[in-house]
Amino acid sequence: MVKTEIKLKGLTLKNPVMTASGTFGYGEEYADFVDLSKLGGIIVKGTTLHHREGNPYPRMAETPMGMLNCVGLQNKGVDYFIETIYPRIRNFETNVLVNVSGSNIDDYVTAAAKIDALEDIPAIELNVSCPNVKQGGMAFGVTCSGIEQVVKAVREVYHKHLMVKLSPNVTNIAEIALAAEAAGADSVSLINTLLGMAIDAETRKPVLSMVTGGLSGACVKPVALRMVWQVSKAVKIPVIGLGGISSATDAIEFMLAGASAIQIGTANFIDPAISAKVAKGIVEYCERQGVEDVNELIGGMII
Amino acid sequence: MKKLIDFQLVDKQSFQRAALLRLRCDEPLPEIRGGQFANVRVDGCDKAYLRRPISIHDVDYQSNTLDLLIQEKHEGTKKLCALPVGAKVNVVLPLGNGFTMPEKDDNILLVGGGIGIAPLLYFAKKCNYLQNINFLLGGRTQGDLMLLERFRNEGDVFITTNDGSMGEEGFVTDHSLWKTMKINKIYACGPMPMMKAVAKKAREMGIWCEVSLENQMACGIGACLCCVENTKEGNVCVCKEGPVFNIERLLW
Repeated sequence: MVKTEIKLKGLTLKNPVMTASGTFGYGEEYADFVDLSKLGGIIVKGTTLHHREGNPYPRMAETPMGMLNCVGLQNKGVDYFIETIYPRIRNFETNVLVNVSGSNIDDYVTAAAKIDALEDIPAIELNVSCPNVKQGGMAFGVTCSGIEQVVKAVREVYHKHLMVKLSPNVTNIAEIALAAEAAGADSVSLINTLLGMAIDAETRKPVLSMVTGGLSGACVKPVALRMVWQVSKAVKIPVIGLGGISSATDAIEFMLAGASAIQIGTANFIDPAISAKVAKGIVEYCERQGVEDVNELIGGMII
Repeated sequence: MKKLIDFQLVDKQSFQRAALLRLRCDEPLPEIRGGQFANVRVDGCDKAYLRRPISIHDVDYQSNTLDLLIQEKHEGTKKLCALPVGAKVNVVLPLGNGFTMPEKDDNILLVGGGIGIAPLLYFAKKCNYLQNINFLLGGRTQGDLMLLERFRNEGDVFITTNDGSMGEEGFVTDHSLWKTMKINKIYACGPMPMMKAVAKKAREMGIWCEVSLENQMACGIGACLCCVENTKEGNVCVCKEGPVFNIERLLW
């Protein structure tokens, strides 16, 4: 029996596979395809203090081996989540994490404090890296001082596992990760989407309503893998790897690069059952390689 | 319940810019409502990373077969239309809400434009408890109107073409039947300008009307929030809360 448990501070995952925010709804959307109890955790949609309508349609552009989106954090606000959604999903047999976003520090703090009070939510993922909202979001995540400010403020009111999701749209992601660590993050997850754009040559118009959007999918994997490696060398807190993971092999590569756990994002759209398949595939890899505990894979790249 | 199924392409009929794919699987098909869709994976095409949402054209529960009528639009649908018989086709289905079933004494008109005719056949079959079903099908030209015999088996078929090569010349909203036919429900699927024109007509005539939208989708199951339509209730996912909307919910 391969040991698959991953212990993070205040958060125990039964295996290293989680699903990425914004790609897995509230888990319910995937319940017909995936036995959620086979996952280490699910991270639900980006939640903000107030209701957000998100950006206008069109919000998506397909790219070779990926897609751009500019959804813009559409959600009904944290109170709606607590009253309506939380009761439906709190008893899932997996960790349910909430991705928390905001456009100013007070909003982050208030939303995080409300979620801190929810017994069955063991962790939040602080989203300081959404490229699709004008104010805030990524603005906090692209400077050391910005990330320090928001993480420090949230740390004061949030007492469980605090994961901070990093933007790849920076010059040196390791510095940003160190700033998050110094401000009290328990882990960092990376990467959020890469800022990109698409133009329709015939109409000469941008494809996305916001002109730019976040690139995700298999095409971003090499960039994400490199950043996970750089960050894991720099920080002491655990790194959660994501970005284009579409198979167990991809997931293992991220762990070898230094990730303690991984998230599956856009690949859920192509194969809604992929997350549980990756969890199973990691075990099969370990059996084949004679690895007794998945923890042995973390940072196991041989140079 | 939604399912992820590996089908085999068992038969295929090709048209000018479209193909009718008959897919068969080993397991029993889930119950499918008229107007629901399937999300089809495109294998071996680097320009089609995401699945392609395709209307369900017909279903045979006895033989576990599904008919999809697919228009060649871009690389992904071209690849699907070019699949050889015997190919494996991975499908998520059934998705979306589907059309609202009519009452027994309703007089319904099913309006299809171009490839938008596809979901109307299976929906009509589901409405077989009605005395009569009327189809109003429009195309740019004769070649756009495929599989008419299938529709004629289910009801009366009226046709318009923009070039007059078949049926009455003009758009579906120009057809003479609007002046004489007594209808109390309209179901429409087709290009956006056509559906907007039908919705306008329905409003003018005070007729209940549902339209099936095809906003660009990524996940197809309400997770990614890409395909939203801005409705009177705000942005809602076409894939999950649609693709069928009563025109009273829409802003157009």
